Parts: sequence; C-alpha cells; structure tokens
Amino acid sequence: MATLSPQVPATLLACPDCDLLQRLGDVPEGASARCPRCNGVLRRRPRNGLERALALTYAAAILFVVANSFPFLSFVMKGEETQTTLATGIIDMYNQGKWEISLLVAFTIVIAPVAQIGILIYLLTPIRLGRVPYGLPVAFRMLRHMLPWSMMEVFMIGILVAIPKLMGMASVIPGTALYAFVLLMLVLSGANAAFDPEMIWQRHEAAK
Amino acid sequence: MSAPGATGISIGCATCHECGRLCRVPLQGFGHGYESACSRCGSALHFRKRYSLQRTWALVIAAAICYVPANLFPVMTVISLGQADSETILSGAIYLLTSGAWPLALIVFIASICVPMAKIIALISLLISVHRSSSWRPADRTRLYRTTEAIGRWSMVDIYVDTILVALVSLGNLATIEAGTGAVFFGAVVVLTMFAAESFDPRLIWDNCGEVRA
Repeated sequence: MATLSPQVPATLLACPDCDLLQRLGDVPEGASARCPRCNGVLRRRPRNGLERALALTYAAAILFVVANSFPFLSFVMKGEETQTTLATGIIDMYNQGKWEISLLVAFTIVIAPVAQIGILIYLLTPIRLGRVPYGLPVAFRMLRHMLPWSMMEVFMIGILVAIPKLMGMASVIPGTALYAFVLLMLVLSGANAAFDPEMIWQRHEAAK
Repeated sequence: MSAPGATGISIGCATCHECGRLCRVPLQGFGHGYESACSRCGSALHFRKRYSLQRTWALVIAAAICYVPANLFPVMTVISLGQADSETILSGAIYLLTSGAWPLALIVFIASICVPMAKIIALISLLISVHRSSSWRPADRTRLYRTTEAIGRWSMVDIYVDTILVALVSLGNLATIEAGTGAVFFGAVVVLTMFAAESFDPRLIWDNCGEVRA
C-alpha cells in the first residue's frame, strides 16, 4: 500500500538532471530558471502559456482533420495519376508485410499526435475555465509518455526528402493536406512550447 | 536548509518522475522507494530511475546489434519495367548526392547514419563513465546526455521517406517500390535508442562525482 510522503515546501526543488537542491521562487512569465551546476531547465514559464497553448491546440485539432482527409501528394507518371493520403502509406506498408513499420508510422504520425492534441484539450479547457479536470494525474502521465513519439516535424523532413527521389520518375504535385501538414507542425510545436506542466500541477495541488 | 551542494537524495528527498515535485521519502520506504507515493500526483517515488544502468545497457546493446542489418539490408527495392533495384540507407544518400540534391543527401546522411551511431556511442560512453565513477567534466557529460535525448527522433526520417515512396509508387502499374528488411531493423534501432536514452538517469553522473569530491 502506498503511503503519501510528508510535504516538502513548494519552493524547494532538486534539479531533474543532477539532483542539486535549490530554492526557487516565482519565475516571471517568459523566463526560465536553470540549474547553476549542470544548466538543466528547472522551470520554464511561457508568456500567456495557458491561452496560447489552448488556442494552438484547437488549431492543431482542426488542421489534423484537414491533413488526414485530403491527399498530400499526387504522383503523375505517363499520364496515370496516383493520389496518396497518409492512411494509404500505412495500409500499403501493412499489405507488403512490413507491419512493424506500418505500426511505427501509424503510432508516431496518427496515434501519438491525436493523443497529444486530445489530452491537451482535455487538460487545458477546464483549467482555463477555472476547474480542475477529472483524472488529471492519469491524463498527464499519458501525455508525458506520448510526447516523445509525436513526430510531425520529422515527417515533414521525410516529405522533403521523398519528393526529389520521385522527381526522377515522374512529376509530384503537392496536395491540400501538405499545406495543412506544414501548418500543423508549426502549430503543434507552438502549443508544446507554450505548455507549462508546473502550472497545471500547481492548480491540481491547490484544488486538493 | 542543508549545506550548499546538497542533493535531493542526501536529505532523503526524491523528485517525482511524473510531476517533478520534490517529496520526502518516508524512512520505512528507504530501501525500496516504491513504497511511497508523491504528495502531489500520487505516482510512485524513486530516488533514481529504476534499474537505469541495466535497462540502458540492454537497450543499447540491442540497438547496436540491429544497426548492422539496418545498414546492410536494402531499405527499399524499386521494381521498374521488370528490373529490380535495391537501395540501402547509404546508397540512398549517395543517390541524392549524385542527383544534385546535396542538402537532402546531407540530411539523410546525418539523420540516418550519423545520429544512430552517435547515439549508441554516446550512451555507451556515458554508461562506462558512470560504472567507472568518473568525475571528469560532469556538466559536459550531462549536456551530451541531453543532446542524445533530443536528437534521437530525427532518425525517423528514413522510415517516413520509405512509407511515402511505397504509398505513392505501389499503386502504379509501371513501377513498384517495396520496403525492405533493412527498414524494419532501422526502425528498431530508432525505437531502441529512444527507449535507451529515456532509461538513462543523468543524475548518476553526478552521484559519483559527489563521492569523489567528499
């Protein structure tokens, strides 16, 4: 049975990278605090973090739907046109017997970003309205484990590399989804940069 | 408060892995820290990531093994007018270079060949330095760890390129692109090194330094 540990003052913390103990007061908006010993980030507090993260996350949700509904590249070879959406790539890989790759791509490009967007909306919307969402620790834990696997920006580089490889064979025409992908990548990175976990945990602690 | 240079573990406090709150670990849970839970989010507390060195070693060794077939087997085969043309990661980068797209060749070379190898070498050096209780430039070794953790995801580029090419070309009758075994091993390298970087605990670098200085 787990026993809750006795409280340590909230201003006392240990560096996550080197365990050095330090006192940290309020960090002003737009600033970050770093460990004097190893330069690890102790606390980063984005300006208007909550509003910005929330706005960008909703934008990301809309862009995600657009990016997955339209073809992102068309390929014209000897008059024959092939269109691809993201899903066809994942399905074709599966049909070729490379289910491992299919799963990896599906997870990093569809499942993890959807989870990231969904959990951010679930956490931030109630907090913006002054409430604490139900099951906050569980949702937050899922988000923390999903985040490294959400790889939209890496996928963009993949598209950049794939296009010249095909140029030799046929002409490649960028589709609607491609523009949505570029915006999605930017918006999602922005949402991530504006997201302030410590603020959420402080609200959670205050509500207990 | 305790003396300057004191660490969390030295005053019996652990940082929660999930929410980052510093918590006092009750004495009865000292030997096995998982007996106690974070006062803020209720997660199990540990002074250090559990079995950090064992896990990291296992994952790095597995990644190093997969790195060999990842580079030797073709990542894709282009079948055009009955002719099959296999491409490994290196020959893919060379193809881009000879077709004049050298910035992209550089991206592929760095992301698919340099980064995975650099990650494996960096993690092995960090592990060895911790085992040897090295006190050599801990701040720089911590920075090496942070960089290793941050760049890992960029190796996925090759997997995405393969997926896009397969999707675009497999439907046409004139040419087909098939993903090769190399791509599966390459994906395994990326995933294993990402997990390995996640399992390593940079605080172990500093634990040993403290002992040497004291």
